[in-house]
Amino acid sequence: MLGFFEKLGDNALYYINQAGRMGIFLLLSLVSIFRPPFKLSPVIKQIYVIGALSIFVIIFTGAFTGMVLGLQLYHTLSKFGAVGALGSAVSLSLIRELGPVLSALMVTGRAGSAICAEVGIMRISEQVDALECMAIDPHKYIMAPKFLAGIISLPLLTAVFDVVGIFGGYLVGVKLLGADESSYFAGMYKDVEFEDVYMGIIKSLCFGLLLTWICTAKGYYVHMQRGGGFGAEGVSSATTNAVVLASVTILVFDYFLTSVLL
Amino acid sequence: MNTKTIIQLIDVFKSFGSQQVLKGVNLPIAEGKTTVIVGGSGQGKSLIIKHILGLMKPDSGKVLFDSREINKVSKKELMEIRMNFGVLFQNAALFDSMTVFDNVALPLRERTKKSEEEIMNIVHEKLSMMDLEGSDDKYPAQLSGGMRKRAGLARALVLNPKIIFFDEPTTGLDAAKSNEIYRVFFKTQAQLKYTSVIVSHDVPKILKLADYVALLHGGVVQGCLTPEEFQLSDNPLVKEYVETTMGSLYSSEMEEGI
Repeated sequence: MLGFFEKLGDNALYYINQAGRMGIFLLLSLVSIFRPPFKLSPVIKQIYVIGALSIFVIIFTGAFTGMVLGLQLYHTLSKFGAVGALGSAVSLSLIRELGPVLSALMVTGRAGSAICAEVGIMRISEQVDALECMAIDPHKYIMAPKFLAGIISLPLLTAVFDVVGIFGGYLVGVKLLGADESSYFAGMYKDVEFEDVYMGIIKSLCFGLLLTWICTAKGYYVHMQRGGGFGAEGVSSATTNAVVLASVTILVFDYFLTSVLL
Repeated sequence: MNTKTIIQLIDVFKSFGSQQVLKGVNLPIAEGKTTVIVGGSGQGKSLIIKHILGLMKPDSGKVLFDSREINKVSKKELMEIRMNFGVLFQNAALFDSMTVFDNVALPLRERTKKSEEEIMNIVHEKLSMMDLEGSDDKYPAQLSGGMRKRAGLARALVLNPKIIFFDEPTTGLDAAKSNEIYRVFFKTQAQLKYTSVIVSHDVPKILKLADYVALLHGGVVQGCLTPEEFQLSDNPLVKEYVETTMGSLYSSEMEEGI
Protein backbone atom coordinates (compact mmCIF):
# COMPACT_ATOMS: atom_id res chain seq x y z
CA MET A 1 0.00 0.00 0.00
CA LEU A 2 2.79 2.36 0.98
CA GLY A 3 4.57 1.46 -2.26
CA PHE A 4 1.50 2.54 -4.24
CA PHE A 5 1.45 5.99 -2.60
CA GLU A 6 5.20 6.32 -3.02
CA LYS A 7 4.84 5.58 -6.72
CA LEU A 8 1.90 7.96 -7.01
CA GLY A 9 3.84 10.75 -5.30
CA ASP A 10 6.90 10.03 -7.39
CA ASN A 11 4.84 10.23 -10.59
CA ALA A 12 3.11 13.42 -9.47
CA LEU A 13 6.46 15.08 -8.67
CA TYR A 14 7.91 13.95 -12.01
CA TYR A 15 5.03 15.36 -14.04
CA ILE A 16 4.89 18.63 -12.06
CA ASN A 17 8.63 18.99 -12.55
CA GLN A 18 8.29 18.27 -16.27
CA ALA A 19 5.43 20.73 -16.69
CA GLY A 20 7.43 23.44 -14.92
CA ARG A 21 10.48 22.72 -17.05
CA MET A 22 8.47 22.89 -20.26
CA GLY A 23 6.75 26.09 -19.14
CA ILE A 24 10.10 27.78 -18.46
CA PHE A 25 11.41 26.45 -21.78
CA LEU A 26 8.46 28.03 -23.63
CA LEU A 27 8.96 31.34 -21.85
CA LEU A 28 12.71 31.46 -22.56
CA SER A 29 12.17 30.53 -26.21
CA LEU A 30 9.47 33.17 -26.73
CA VAL A 31 11.53 35.86 -25.00
CA SER A 32 14.56 34.95 -27.13
CA ILE A 33 12.53 35.67 -30.30
CA PHE A 34 12.35 39.35 -29.30
CA ARG A 35 15.99 39.63 -28.22
CA PRO A 36 18.58 40.89 -30.73
CA PRO A 37 20.43 39.98 -32.89
CA PHE A 38 17.65 39.31 -35.40
CA LYS A 39 18.73 37.04 -38.21
CA LEU A 40 16.44 36.20 -41.09
CA SER A 41 18.32 33.34 -42.76
CA PRO A 42 17.87 30.75 -39.94
CA VAL A 43 14.12 31.51 -39.90
CA ILE A 44 13.85 31.10 -43.68
CA LYS A 45 15.76 27.81 -43.45
CA GLN A 46 13.34 26.55 -40.80
CA ILE A 47 10.30 27.71 -42.81
CA TYR A 48 11.68 25.60 -45.64
CA VAL A 49 12.18 22.59 -43.32
CA ILE A 50 8.87 22.86 -41.45
CA GLY A 51 6.69 24.50 -44.10
CA ALA A 52 7.91 24.00 -47.65
CA LEU A 53 8.90 20.36 -47.16
CA SER A 54 5.44 19.61 -45.72
CA ILE A 55 3.57 20.99 -48.70
CA PHE A 56 3.15 17.70 -50.58
CA VAL A 57 1.78 15.81 -47.60
CA ILE A 58 -0.60 18.74 -46.97
CA ILE A 59 -1.81 18.81 -50.59
CA PHE A 60 -2.28 15.05 -50.59
CA THR A 61 -4.19 14.84 -47.29
CA GLY A 62 -6.13 18.03 -48.08
CA ALA A 63 -7.30 16.65 -51.42
CA PHE A 64 -8.48 13.33 -49.98
CA THR A 65 -10.10 14.96 -46.93
CA GLY A 66 -12.07 17.27 -49.26
CA MET A 67 -12.97 14.34 -51.51
CA VAL A 68 -14.26 12.19 -48.66
CA LEU A 69 -16.19 15.16 -47.27
CA GLY A 70 -17.75 15.71 -50.70
CA LEU A 71 -18.74 12.06 -50.84
CA GLN A 72 -20.15 11.80 -47.31
CA LEU A 73 -21.93 15.15 -47.30
CA TYR A 74 -23.45 14.62 -50.76
CA HIS A 75 -25.12 11.42 -49.57
CA THR A 76 -26.20 12.90 -46.23
CA LEU A 77 -27.51 16.16 -47.70
CA SER A 78 -29.33 14.40 -50.55
CA LYS A 79 -31.46 12.62 -47.92
CA PHE A 80 -32.79 16.02 -46.87
CA GLY A 81 -32.89 17.46 -50.39
CA ALA A 82 -30.19 19.95 -49.45
CA VAL A 83 -27.42 19.08 -51.92
CA GLY A 84 -27.22 22.80 -52.73
CA ALA A 85 -25.57 23.33 -49.34
CA LEU A 86 -22.70 20.98 -50.27
CA GLY A 87 -20.25 23.83 -51.00
CA SER A 88 -20.99 25.59 -47.70
CA ALA A 89 -20.77 22.37 -45.68
CA VAL A 90 -17.46 21.27 -47.22
CA SER A 91 -15.81 24.68 -46.97
CA LEU A 92 -17.02 25.43 -43.42
CA SER A 93 -15.91 22.01 -42.15
CA LEU A 94 -12.49 22.53 -43.69
CA ILE A 95 -11.92 26.18 -42.81
CA ARG A 96 -13.15 26.04 -39.23
CA GLU A 97 -12.10 22.58 -38.15
CA LEU A 98 -10.45 20.03 -40.37
CA GLY A 99 -7.96 22.31 -42.11
CA PRO A 100 -6.18 23.59 -38.99
CA VAL A 101 -6.38 20.30 -37.07
CA LEU A 102 -5.32 17.91 -39.83
CA SER A 103 -2.59 20.26 -41.08
CA ALA A 104 -1.19 20.49 -37.54
CA LEU A 105 -1.32 16.70 -37.11
CA MET A 106 0.40 16.16 -40.47
CA VAL A 107 3.12 18.72 -39.70
CA THR A 108 3.61 17.15 -36.26
CA GLY A 109 4.15 13.77 -37.87
CA ARG A 110 6.43 15.02 -40.61
CA ALA A 111 8.33 18.02 -39.25
CA GLY A 112 7.69 17.80 -35.47
CA SER A 113 9.30 14.37 -35.23
CA ALA A 114 12.29 15.63 -37.26
CA ILE A 115 12.67 18.71 -35.02
CA CYS A 116 12.58 16.59 -31.87
CA ALA A 117 15.13 14.11 -33.21
CA GLU A 118 17.43 16.92 -34.40
CA VAL A 119 17.40 18.76 -31.06
CA GLY A 120 17.67 15.46 -29.15
CA ILE A 121 20.76 14.40 -31.11
CA MET A 122 22.26 17.85 -30.54
CA ARG A 123 21.69 17.35 -26.83
CA ILE A 124 23.15 13.84 -26.50
CA SER A 125 26.17 14.64 -28.69
CA GLU A 126 26.97 17.65 -26.44
CA GLN A 127 26.29 20.17 -29.24
CA VAL A 128 23.88 22.04 -26.96
CA ASP A 129 26.54 22.11 -24.20
CA ALA A 130 29.06 23.32 -26.79
CA LEU A 131 26.74 26.22 -27.69
CA GLU A 132 26.36 27.19 -24.03
CA CYS A 133 30.12 27.03 -23.54
CA MET A 134 30.57 29.37 -26.52
CA ALA A 135 28.23 31.79 -24.71
CA ILE A 136 25.59 31.25 -27.40
CA ASP A 137 22.07 30.93 -26.02
CA PRO A 138 20.56 27.67 -27.37
CA HIS A 139 17.06 29.17 -27.06
CA LYS A 140 18.02 32.03 -29.33
CA TYR A 141 20.14 30.01 -31.73
CA ILE A 142 18.14 26.77 -32.05
CA MET A 143 14.62 27.37 -30.73
CA ALA A 144 13.69 30.91 -31.80
CA PRO A 145 13.93 30.22 -35.59
CA LYS A 146 11.95 26.99 -35.18
CA PHE A 147 9.23 28.70 -33.12
CA LEU A 148 8.91 31.52 -35.65
CA ALA A 149 8.88 29.09 -38.56
CA GLY A 150 6.19 26.96 -36.89
CA ILE A 151 4.00 29.99 -36.22
CA ILE A 152 4.43 31.33 -39.78
CA SER A 153 4.19 28.01 -41.64
CA LEU A 154 1.09 26.50 -40.06
CA PRO A 155 -1.45 29.16 -41.16
CA LEU A 156 0.00 29.06 -44.69
CA LEU A 157 -0.12 25.26 -44.85
CA THR A 158 -3.67 25.34 -43.45
CA ALA A 159 -4.68 27.76 -46.21
CA VAL A 160 -3.27 25.36 -48.81
CA PHE A 161 -5.06 22.45 -47.12
CA ASP A 162 -8.38 24.35 -47.17
CA VAL A 163 -8.12 25.37 -50.84
CA VAL A 164 -7.09 21.90 -52.01
CA GLY A 165 -9.79 20.32 -49.81
CA ILE A 166 -12.51 22.57 -51.24
CA PHE A 167 -11.35 21.66 -54.73
CA GLY A 168 -11.35 17.94 -53.76
CA GLY A 169 -14.94 18.28 -52.51
CA TYR A 170 -15.84 20.02 -55.80
CA LEU A 171 -14.32 17.21 -57.88
CA VAL A 172 -16.26 14.48 -56.08
CA GLY A 173 -19.48 16.39 -55.31
CA VAL A 174 -19.88 18.26 -58.59
CA LYS A 175 -17.86 16.43 -61.24
CA LEU A 176 -18.36 12.85 -60.01
CA LEU A 177 -21.75 12.86 -58.26
CA GLY A 178 -23.41 15.64 -60.27
CA ALA A 179 -24.21 18.35 -57.70
CA ASP A 180 -24.87 21.78 -59.20
CA GLU A 181 -21.61 23.65 -59.84
CA SER A 182 -22.96 27.16 -59.36
CA SER A 183 -24.74 26.35 -56.09
CA TYR A 184 -21.53 24.68 -54.78
CA PHE A 185 -19.58 27.93 -55.12
CA ALA A 186 -22.47 30.33 -54.48
CA GLY A 187 -23.27 28.57 -51.18
CA MET A 188 -19.65 28.82 -50.19
CA TYR A 189 -19.46 32.57 -50.96
CA LYS A 190 -22.71 33.17 -49.08
CA ASP A 191 -22.08 31.16 -45.92
CA VAL A 192 -18.33 31.47 -45.26
CA GLU A 193 -17.73 34.63 -43.24
CA PHE A 194 -14.62 36.36 -42.00
CA GLU A 195 -15.17 34.92 -38.49
CA ASP A 196 -14.82 31.40 -39.90
CA VAL A 197 -11.52 32.22 -41.59
CA TYR A 198 -10.39 34.07 -38.45
CA MET A 199 -11.15 30.99 -36.33
CA GLY A 200 -9.08 28.83 -38.68
CA ILE A 201 -6.14 31.27 -38.59
CA ILE A 202 -6.16 31.56 -34.79
CA LYS A 203 -6.28 27.79 -34.44
CA SER A 204 -3.45 27.22 -36.87
CA LEU A 205 -1.29 29.87 -35.16
CA CYS A 206 -1.85 28.20 -31.77
CA PHE A 207 -1.23 24.71 -33.17
CA GLY A 208 1.99 25.90 -34.85
CA LEU A 209 3.23 27.22 -31.51
CA LEU A 210 2.10 24.11 -29.62
CA LEU A 211 3.69 21.56 -31.89
CA THR A 212 7.00 23.44 -32.13
CA TRP A 213 7.07 23.91 -28.37
CA ILE A 214 6.40 20.29 -27.47
CA CYS A 215 8.70 18.82 -30.12
CA THR A 216 11.67 21.10 -29.38
CA ALA A 217 11.27 20.79 -25.59
CA LYS A 218 11.08 16.99 -25.72
CA GLY A 219 14.30 16.93 -27.74
CA TYR A 220 16.00 19.53 -25.55
CA TYR A 221 15.26 17.57 -22.36
CA VAL A 222 15.92 14.13 -23.87
CA HIS A 223 18.57 13.48 -21.20
CA MET A 224 16.08 14.13 -18.40
CA GLN A 225 13.34 11.79 -19.50
CA ARG A 226 12.26 8.97 -17.28
CA GLY A 227 14.00 5.65 -17.79
CA GLY A 228 17.14 7.32 -19.15
CA GLY A 229 17.40 9.36 -22.30
CA PHE A 230 20.66 8.12 -23.66
CA GLY A 231 21.73 7.27 -27.17
CA ALA A 232 19.59 6.44 -30.14
CA GLU A 233 16.96 4.74 -27.98
CA GLY A 234 16.53 7.85 -25.85
CA VAL A 235 16.07 10.05 -28.92
CA SER A 236 13.65 7.56 -30.47
CA SER A 237 11.47 7.39 -27.34
CA ALA A 238 11.56 11.19 -26.94
CA THR A 239 10.45 11.57 -30.57
CA THR A 240 7.58 9.13 -30.09
CA ASN A 241 6.52 10.91 -26.89
CA ALA A 242 6.73 14.29 -28.60
CA VAL A 243 4.52 13.26 -31.53
CA VAL A 244 1.93 11.60 -29.28
CA LEU A 245 1.86 14.48 -26.78
CA ALA A 246 1.73 17.14 -29.51
CA SER A 247 -1.10 15.33 -31.35
CA VAL A 248 -3.17 14.85 -28.20
CA THR A 249 -2.55 18.44 -27.06
CA ILE A 250 -3.63 19.76 -30.47
CA LEU A 251 -6.94 17.86 -30.25
CA VAL A 252 -7.56 18.97 -26.65
CA PHE A 253 -6.73 22.60 -27.45
CA ASP A 254 -8.93 22.41 -30.53
CA TYR A 255 -11.94 21.78 -28.31
CA PHE A 256 -11.11 24.65 -25.95
CA LEU A 257 -10.27 27.06 -28.76
CA THR A 258 -13.51 26.20 -30.56
CA SER A 259 -15.53 26.76 -27.40
CA VAL A 260 -13.87 30.14 -26.86
CA LEU A 261 -14.06 31.31 -30.48
CA LEU A 262 -17.62 30.20 -31.24
CA MET B 1 51.35 27.29 -6.15
CA ASN B 2 52.95 30.69 -6.55
CA THR B 3 50.97 31.81 -9.58
CA LYS B 4 47.56 33.45 -9.43
CA THR B 5 44.62 31.08 -8.98
CA ILE B 6 42.08 31.85 -11.68
CA ILE B 7 39.55 29.11 -10.86
CA GLN B 8 38.90 27.57 -7.50
CA LEU B 9 36.57 24.77 -6.43
CA ILE B 10 35.82 24.86 -2.71
CA ASP B 11 34.11 21.91 -1.00
CA VAL B 12 32.03 20.99 -4.03
CA PHE B 13 29.48 18.23 -3.45
CA LYS B 14 27.32 16.73 -6.17
CA SER B 15 25.07 13.71 -6.14
CA PHE B 16 22.66 12.09 -8.58
CA GLY B 17 19.82 10.48 -6.67
CA SER B 18 21.40 8.32 -4.00
CA GLN B 19 24.79 8.26 -5.73
CA GLN B 20 27.19 10.87 -4.37
CA VAL B 21 29.87 11.56 -6.99
CA LEU B 22 31.73 14.62 -5.72
CA LYS B 23 32.29 14.59 -1.96
CA GLY B 24 33.97 17.89 -1.19
CA VAL B 25 36.22 18.67 -4.13
CA ASN B 26 38.84 21.37 -3.52
CA LEU B 27 40.86 22.31 -6.57
CA PRO B 28 42.79 25.46 -7.49
CA ILE B 29 43.55 26.12 -11.18
CA ALA B 30 46.64 28.29 -11.70
CA GLU B 31 46.58 30.99 -14.35
CA GLY B 32 48.69 30.32 -17.44
CA LYS B 33 49.46 26.76 -16.36
CA THR B 34 48.28 23.31 -17.36
CA THR B 35 46.36 21.41 -14.72
CA VAL B 36 45.62 17.77 -15.48
CA ILE B 37 42.83 15.94 -13.66
CA VAL B 38 43.34 12.19 -13.62
CA GLY B 39 41.45 9.34 -12.02
CA GLY B 40 39.51 6.19 -12.76
CA SER B 41 36.43 6.04 -14.96
CA GLY B 42 33.20 7.25 -13.35
CA GLN B 43 35.00 9.23 -10.64
CA GLY B 44 33.47 12.51 -11.84
CA LYS B 45 36.40 14.15 -13.64
CA SER B 46 34.27 15.55 -16.48
CA LEU B 47 31.74 16.63 -13.86
CA ILE B 48 34.34 19.00 -12.42
CA ILE B 49 34.68 20.67 -15.84
CA LYS B 50 30.89 20.89 -16.18
CA HIS B 51 30.72 22.65 -12.80
CA ILE B 52 33.40 25.15 -13.82
CA LEU B 53 31.59 25.81 -17.11
CA GLY B 54 28.34 26.45 -15.25
CA LEU B 55 26.62 23.57 -17.07
CA MET B 56 25.89 22.01 -13.67
CA LYS B 57 25.29 23.45 -10.25
CA PRO B 58 26.85 21.90 -7.16
CA ASP B 59 24.58 20.65 -4.36
CA SER B 60 26.85 22.61 -2.04
CA GLY B 61 30.20 24.34 -2.24
CA LYS B 62 31.58 27.09 -4.44
CA VAL B 63 33.08 27.33 -7.90
CA LEU B 64 34.95 30.60 -8.26
CA PHE B 65 36.23 32.22 -11.44
CA ASP B 66 38.27 35.35 -10.81
CA SER B 67 36.63 35.52 -7.33
CA ARG B 68 33.14 35.41 -8.85
CA GLU B 69 30.90 32.51 -7.83
CA ILE B 70 29.83 30.84 -11.07
CA ASN B 71 26.65 29.25 -9.69
CA LYS B 72 25.46 32.54 -8.20
CA VAL B 73 25.94 34.94 -11.13
CA SER B 74 23.11 36.00 -13.45
CA LYS B 75 22.63 34.34 -16.85
CA LYS B 76 24.11 37.41 -18.53
CA GLU B 77 27.18 37.39 -16.29
CA LEU B 78 27.60 33.66 -16.88
CA MET B 79 27.61 34.32 -20.63
CA GLU B 80 30.31 36.97 -20.09
CA ILE B 81 32.37 34.56 -17.99
CA ARG B 82 32.01 31.88 -20.66
CA MET B 83 33.53 34.24 -23.21
CA ASN B 84 36.80 33.45 -21.37
CA PHE B 85 36.38 29.71 -21.92
CA GLY B 86 37.05 27.38 -24.80
CA VAL B 87 36.13 23.71 -24.61
CA LEU B 88 37.29 20.67 -26.50
CA PHE B 89 34.67 18.04 -25.77
CA GLN B 90 35.39 14.33 -25.62
CA ASN B 91 33.73 13.71 -29.01
CA ALA B 92 34.60 17.26 -30.22
CA ALA B 93 30.84 18.15 -30.29
CA LEU B 94 31.07 19.64 -33.76
CA PHE B 95 27.77 20.61 -35.37
CA ASP B 96 27.31 17.73 -37.76
CA SER B 97 25.12 19.63 -40.23
CA MET B 98 27.77 22.35 -40.66
CA THR B 99 31.08 22.32 -42.51
CA VAL B 100 34.37 22.60 -40.65
CA PHE B 101 34.60 26.25 -41.72
CA ASP B 102 31.11 27.07 -40.40
CA ASN B 103 31.79 25.21 -37.16
CA VAL B 104 34.91 27.24 -36.47
CA ALA B 105 33.28 30.47 -37.67
CA LEU B 106 30.18 30.02 -35.49
CA PRO B 107 31.45 31.74 -32.31
CA LEU B 108 32.74 34.66 -34.39
CA ARG B 109 29.44 35.04 -36.25
CA GLU B 110 27.33 34.79 -33.09
CA ARG B 111 29.49 36.58 -30.55
CA THR B 112 31.32 39.28 -32.50
CA LYS B 113 30.50 41.91 -35.09
CA LYS B 114 33.34 40.97 -37.44
CA SER B 115 32.82 41.07 -41.19
CA GLU B 116 32.74 37.84 -43.22
CA GLU B 117 36.17 38.69 -44.63
CA GLU B 118 37.68 39.07 -41.14
CA ILE B 119 35.97 35.86 -40.03
CA MET B 120 37.38 34.03 -43.04
CA ASN B 121 40.91 35.19 -42.22
CA ILE B 122 40.67 34.21 -38.55
CA VAL B 123 39.15 30.82 -39.33
CA HIS B 124 41.83 30.04 -41.92
CA GLU B 125 44.52 31.10 -39.47
CA LYS B 126 43.17 28.75 -36.79
CA LEU B 127 42.67 25.90 -39.26
CA SER B 128 46.23 26.23 -40.50
CA MET B 129 47.45 26.26 -36.88
CA MET B 130 45.71 22.86 -36.57
CA ASP B 131 47.12 21.58 -39.89
CA LEU B 132 43.59 21.51 -41.30
CA GLU B 133 44.11 23.62 -44.42
CA GLY B 134 41.79 22.56 -47.23
CA SER B 135 39.22 21.00 -44.87
CA ASP B 136 36.89 24.03 -44.95
CA ASP B 137 34.11 22.36 -46.89
CA LYS B 138 34.25 18.99 -45.21
CA TYR B 139 31.55 17.88 -42.80
CA PRO B 140 32.49 16.36 -39.40
CA ALA B 141 31.40 12.92 -40.61
CA GLN B 142 34.02 13.12 -43.37
CA LEU B 143 36.88 13.72 -40.90
CA SER B 144 39.04 11.22 -39.02
CA GLY B 145 38.91 11.17 -35.21
CA GLY B 146 42.11 13.20 -34.91
CA MET B 147 40.95 15.77 -37.47
CA ARG B 148 37.63 16.14 -35.65
CA LYS B 149 39.45 16.85 -32.39
CA ARG B 150 41.71 19.39 -34.12
CA ALA B 151 38.68 21.08 -35.70
CA GLY B 152 37.08 21.14 -32.23
CA LEU B 153 40.24 22.72 -30.84
CA ALA B 154 40.27 25.31 -33.64
CA ARG B 155 36.69 26.24 -32.68
CA ALA B 156 37.63 26.37 -28.98
CA LEU B 157 40.51 28.73 -29.75
CA VAL B 158 38.79 30.99 -32.25
CA LEU B 159 37.79 33.68 -29.73
CA ASN B 160 41.24 33.54 -28.08
CA PRO B 161 39.86 32.49 -24.68
CA LYS B 162 41.88 32.69 -21.48
CA ILE B 163 41.17 29.12 -20.44
CA ILE B 164 40.75 25.97 -22.52
CA PHE B 165 39.19 22.81 -21.14
CA PHE B 166 40.07 19.48 -22.69
CA ASP B 167 37.74 16.62 -21.85
CA GLU B 168 39.59 13.39 -22.64
CA PRO B 169 41.33 14.90 -25.70
CA THR B 170 42.92 11.65 -26.88
CA THR B 171 40.20 9.11 -26.08
CA GLY B 172 39.55 6.84 -29.05
CA LEU B 173 42.72 7.90 -30.88
CA ASP B 174 45.73 5.71 -31.63
CA ALA B 175 49.21 6.63 -30.36
CA ALA B 176 50.15 8.59 -33.49
CA LYS B 177 46.91 10.62 -33.48
CA SER B 178 47.25 11.25 -29.72
CA ASN B 179 50.75 12.60 -30.28
CA GLU B 180 49.36 14.81 -33.04
CA ILE B 181 46.86 16.32 -30.56
CA TYR B 182 49.56 16.82 -27.93
CA ARG B 183 51.83 18.47 -30.49
CA VAL B 184 49.06 20.86 -31.54
CA PHE B 185 48.24 21.55 -27.89
CA PHE B 186 51.88 22.27 -27.07
CA LYS B 187 52.28 24.54 -30.11
CA THR B 188 49.09 26.54 -29.51
CA GLN B 189 49.66 26.96 -25.78
CA ALA B 190 53.18 28.26 -26.38
CA GLN B 191 51.76 30.67 -28.96
CA LEU B 192 48.55 31.82 -27.21
CA LYS B 193 49.58 31.40 -23.53
CA TYR B 194 46.22 30.08 -22.37
CA THR B 195 45.46 28.33 -19.09
CA SER B 196 44.45 24.74 -19.69
CA VAL B 197 42.52 22.18 -17.72
CA ILE B 198 42.82 18.66 -19.06
CA VAL B 199 40.81 15.64 -18.01
CA SER B 200 42.67 12.58 -19.18
CA HIS B 201 43.38 8.89 -18.74
CA ASP B 202 46.49 9.07 -20.84
CA VAL B 203 49.03 8.62 -18.04
CA PRO B 204 52.06 8.85 -18.13
CA LYS B 205 52.10 10.74 -21.47
CA ILE B 206 49.85 13.53 -20.24
CA LEU B 207 52.16 14.23 -17.28
CA LYS B 208 54.77 15.60 -19.69
CA LEU B 209 52.39 18.43 -20.55
CA ALA B 210 51.20 19.09 -17.00
CA ASP B 211 52.29 21.79 -14.60
CA TYR B 212 49.99 20.37 -11.95
CA VAL B 213 48.32 16.99 -11.58
CA ALA B 214 45.20 16.34 -9.50
CA LEU B 215 43.99 12.82 -8.77
CA LEU B 216 40.25 12.48 -8.27
CA HIS B 217 39.49 9.45 -6.15
CA GLY B 218 36.43 8.66 -4.06
CA GLY B 219 34.88 12.01 -4.95
CA VAL B 220 37.81 13.96 -3.47
CA VAL B 221 40.88 15.54 -5.11
CA GLN B 222 43.99 13.93 -3.66
CA GLY B 223 46.26 17.00 -3.83
CA CYS B 224 47.17 19.18 -6.76
CA LEU B 225 50.85 18.45 -7.25
CA THR B 226 53.58 19.01 -9.80
CA PRO B 227 54.23 15.90 -11.94
CA GLU B 228 57.42 15.17 -9.99
CA GLU B 229 55.67 15.51 -6.62
CA PHE B 230 52.79 13.42 -7.96
CA GLN B 231 55.05 10.56 -8.99
CA LEU B 232 56.91 10.58 -5.68
CA SER B 233 53.91 11.27 -3.46
CA ASP B 234 53.51 9.43 -0.14
CA ASN B 235 49.73 9.60 -0.40
CA PRO B 236 48.80 5.88 -0.65
CA LEU B 237 46.03 6.59 -3.19
CA VAL B 238 48.32 8.64 -5.44
CA LYS B 239 51.06 6.03 -5.01
CA GLU B 240 48.68 3.24 -5.98
CA TYR B 241 47.46 5.21 -9.01
CA VAL B 242 51.02 5.93 -10.16
CA GLU B 243 51.96 2.26 -9.77
CA THR B 244 48.84 1.06 -11.56
CA THR B 245 49.21 3.42 -14.50
CA MET B 246 52.99 3.73 -14.77
CA GLY B 247 54.25 0.50 -13.19
CA SER B 248 56.59 0.32 -10.23
CA LEU B 249 59.22 2.36 -12.08
CA TYR B 250 59.26 5.06 -9.46
CA SER B 251 59.36 2.81 -6.43
CA SER B 252 63.04 2.47 -5.63
CA GLU B 253 62.59 -0.52 -3.33
CA MET B 254 60.85 -2.50 -6.04
CA GLU B 255 63.32 -1.30 -8.64
CA GLU B 256 66.18 -2.67 -6.55
CA GLY B 257 64.41 -5.98 -6.26
CA ILE B 258 64.23 -6.47 -10.06
